[in-house]
Amino acid sequence: MYRLLIVDDSKLIRQKIERECDQNLFHIVGSAIDGSQALSLFFQQAIDVVTMDLTMPELDGIECIESLVRLDPDVKILVISALNDVATGMEALEKGAMGFVTKPFSGSELQSALCELVEDELQVRL
Amino acid sequence: MKEEKLKIFIDSIVKYFHYAGQTSVKIGSPFLIKDIKEVTADYTGTISISGDYQGACYFTAPSALLKHLILSIGEVDTSDSMMQDAVGEVANTMSGNARRRLGKKFIISTPKVSKGAPFVVDKKSDAHIYAIPINWKSYKATLGIHLN
Repeated sequence: MYRLLIVDDSKLIRQKIERECDQNLFHIVGSAIDGSQALSLFFQQAIDVVTMDLTMPELDGIECIESLVRLDPDVKILVISALNDVATGMEALEKGAMGFVTKPFSGSELQSALCELVEDELQVRL
Repeated sequence: MKEEKLKIFIDSIVKYFHYAGQTSVKIGSPFLIKDIKEVTADYTGTISISGDYQGACYFTAPSALLKHLILSIGEVDTSDSMMQDAVGEVANTMSGNARRRLGKKFIISTPKVSKGAPFVVDKKSDAHIYAIPINWKSYKATLGIHLN
């Protein structure tokens, strides 16, 4: 099981991610409404995977990705954002994110993006 | 505002409701208004725009539409706070999706949500607001675009 942290300022989206992610593969250990809260949770517990919104109050997603990767270079971050321009996607990847899902998104899009994120490691484990 | 820019936002609306499923959305002919209050419904999500563009995007909708939308996403909580969350998230998604064609310097704020009277962004010019009518199921909502 991968320990998953959900970061999004919308409760509707946090709950959607919680409902749609594969419960056999991911164990949700927390959810945060912005980057600052995400960092606090990251200090408190072990986290393998993070879904990250970009437009948030306080610390935004790009800055938060940078901080999380600095703290743990192995953390796997999936950006889930409405900002669908190429430059933003590239910036998130350069900072250390490993995937990008554009809002609005379907359950199957989320599941396949999360699976892709951990796929290589899963193959090693199997 | 040129027609091609309005088309960008219309595409965002169609995409959003496509994901909400079941019934497709119908877009009415955009029209000009002086104040977003002319079309305000129960809840309004406002996104301030900065960077290469100045202004705001407003998504305003009745509570019945928001409840139906929340349920269609799979959420059962249709409380007042969830409707406020939903109207802000829709405004954020529709304006954020416009960046594919408007670029990174179309900078959007986090949503400001209001119930009843909308949060109005200071207009720096006399530019009108384009109101794009949205018909989804039996409900009517509006996306208001004010760009300098």
